Amino acid sequence: MIEPTAASVVPTTDPNTYLPAQPMPAGDLTDQMLQTDFWTDELVASAGIPIVDVPFVTVGSGIGSFVTVDYLRIAGVPTSQMRVLGTLDHPWQTYEYLTRVSQIPRGERLRSDSASRPDNIWGFPSYGFAEAMRTFNPKLLWQLFSEPIFADYYTPKAGQAFETMEREKNRIGYDEMLVKGLVRIVRRRYGGGYFTILTPPEGASATKRVAFRSQYVHIAVGYPGLKFLPELQRYRTEHNDYRHIVNAYESHEHVYERLLQQPSTVMVRGGGIVASRVLQRLMDDRLLKGAQTNIVHLFRTYYHGTNDGYGNEEDPRPGGGKTRLFMRRRGENGWAYQGFNYPKSVWGGQLKKQVRGLEGEQRAEIYKRMGGTNTPWRKLWQKQMNQGRKEGWYQVLVGTVDDMQPHGERILNQVRTAQGTVPVEVDFVIDCTGLEADIAEHRLLKDLLEHGGASRNPVGRLNVDRNFELIGTRSGNGAMYASGATTLGGYFPGVDTFLGLQVAAQEIYLDLRKRKFCKRIGPVRSTIQWWKWLFGSKP
Amino acid sequence: MLPTLNGRLQTRIFMLVVFGGIITFLITPVLPDGAPGLPGFDGTYYRITYIILATVLVLGILWELLYHLIQQFRWEKDWPTMFGLITAINEGALVWLLLELGLVPGLPQGLDDGDLPSFFWWAFFIDFSVIWFVIWIWTNGPMRVPFIRWRFQGGRIV
Ligand SMILES: Cc1cc2nc3c(=O)[nH]c(=O)nc-3n(C[C@H](O)[C@H](O)[C@H](O)COP(=O)(O)OP(=O)(O)OC[C@H]3O[C@@H](n4cnc5c(N)ncnc54)[C@H](O)[C@@H]3O)c2cc1C
Repeated sequence: MIEPTAASVVPTTDPNTYLPAQPMPAGDLTDQMLQTDFWTDELVASAGIPIVDVPFVTVGSGIGSFVTVDYLRIAGVPTSQMRVLGTLDHPWQTYEYLTRVSQIPRGERLRSDSASRPDNIWGFPSYGFAEAMRTFNPKLLWQLFSEPIFADYYTPKAGQAFETMEREKNRIGYDEMLVKGLVRIVRRRYGGGYFTILTPPEGASATKRVAFRSQYVHIAVGYPGLKFLPELQRYRTEHNDYRHIVNAYESHEHVYERLLQQPSTVMVRGGGIVASRVLQRLMDDRLLKGAQTNIVHLFRTYYHGTNDGYGNEEDPRPGGGKTRLFMRRRGENGWAYQGFNYPKSVWGGQLKKQVRGLEGEQRAEIYKRMGGTNTPWRKLWQKQMNQGRKEGWYQVLVGTVDDMQPHGERILNQVRTAQGTVPVEVDFVIDCTGLEADIAEHRLLKDLLEHGGASRNPVGRLNVDRNFELIGTRSGNGAMYASGATTLGGYFPGVDTFLGLQVAAQEIYLDLRKRKFCKRIGPVRSTIQWWKWLFGSKP
Repeated sequence: MLPTLNGRLQTRIFMLVVFGGIITFLITPVLPDGAPGLPGFDGTYYRITYIILATVLVLGILWELLYHLIQQFRWEKDWPTMFGLITAINEGALVWLLLELGLVPGLPQGLDDGDLPSFFWWAFFIDFSVIWFVIWIWTNGPMRVPFIRWRFQGGRIV
């Protein structure tokens, strides 16, 4: 068994702050509270926890929280009515960390559509159009026009996303709503609404906890955790070697630095976008900076030709049957190719509509069919890989690793392939598989499952309704919503993306409008608000 | 665009009725009519341009069925931006063919038998392309401003 917290590479706040009450000064959770599913006002007050009243709180303070309050601000909700609870200084902080270490610094391009703009609910003007105008670059206009037929899908630079989010954050008065701290627990309130218990940073408040009493709660806590492949984690702990085995989601710049100094062999594991990114970095360093790196790329599934989430058309496809004429994806050289992390129409077209109507088994089935690890086909990557194959410094293996042992300074992998087990000796292993941890590994979500009435969907994540309300958690006239990666598997597939978070925000706004918390964004309001966005004036 | 079939049809009708209707009203008086000077507001000319607009709309509904079928072969189930523009060629050509064959009903005498004067081709070309282009631009961006749900529901308006 691996210790789940040790295996997580997402930066997390000190877990000590999560620990339940030891004998405490006043203002902390009591055992009685922890055992009670519905809290009365008296219960909270008697524990000495100060209560702050605000109608709406969003937990997380990442991009999901940001786009949701952005929507509501545009729907006329003043900043005094909402609080953003979380540990981040600015919404893109975790995201920028993850993209940077996985080799997307500000100048590189992301993997989302031109109209997926977390700073702009309309997606107009799109990132691509804005960039073309700013840089006077007609090539970009051509790309937008001809994608994806004659050009790669346009995707924005990371820096553009961060800068525009910063502008919007200031415009909507985000900082007025931000309350820093870690959310320990959300419980339903006797009589309606919720209590959200925040642990502020040391010294920021007189008591250890602060309770937010609200009618609405929105949960957007991002990834519950990201895991290593178990064999890599075992090797790291057994041999106390955190230098040679790294995860793409942790800072691993030292690997690239070493590679520039010493000819080495690197094993890259995984067949998704992160593997593509890491390969690009390794190949850039080789082609532009003279590194003498040999790359062994280990795929678990090797895609060749048409495929879907069940695998290649020609391979055995347990449970999958034949590929469907109308649902086939391209694949080649090991990779399955797809522009974004789901087929594009999950964000607005046919697949969105289809999945919205499916329940249980059927929904799980379509998730499986359109799923599977994939990456975009990009000209530069193809060119580099072709050169690597021709010159022999980029080699591909298909299989799994049975055993790993240290061998001097190097690592000896026993790779089980279809042709038998082969030993592969390398200097570094970069894990690009990006396994996500179970939602129950997140303290807050575990509590919601055990005490808050929340349940799991057919894919095992948080079960949300079409309007992103967390099914089973309603409390009197209050409602709790969730969006982001924790809700994957629901009626809407593309949740863990900018646009997915905005789709969720729109559904939440619509529900809150029915509950009279905000105004309707009809054509007139929407157009006026868009002009305000354009000129940077407050909503 | 990420249209559903229903969304396609609704967007098509909405765009042609609203933008097609307005542009036709504005452009008809300045289309070439073979005579010197601008034709100005003339009932017969309006009859011609609005009948052509209606023809594009009716045929367009059939075209959308075909486009929807083609879209099924795409894994992404999207409709690339470029397709939205180049379909002007097949659609325009079909309407012109029907005009040449005298198969478009309701046109005034002299135009109803397929024996078309040469200025008429230019008038048709300008009228058709301007409307198409404006609608294409509008669909690929500004439409999202007044209607925030439109792009998330496959192009449905209601
Ligand atoms: C490498 C990478 C690249 C990606 N690229 C794209 C892309 O190109 N396009 C795209 O559309 N999407 C992309 N995504 C997916 C997605 O858009 C981002 O992950 C986005 O940041 C998700 O936003 P979020 O709010 O769900 O999570 P986050 O932005 O991570 O915010 C959630 C935050 O909640 C906080 N939190 C957790 N628990 C608690 C608690 N108990 N109390 C208080 N705070 C808590 C954490 O600090 C966490 O950072 C990418 C993801 C990754 C990992």
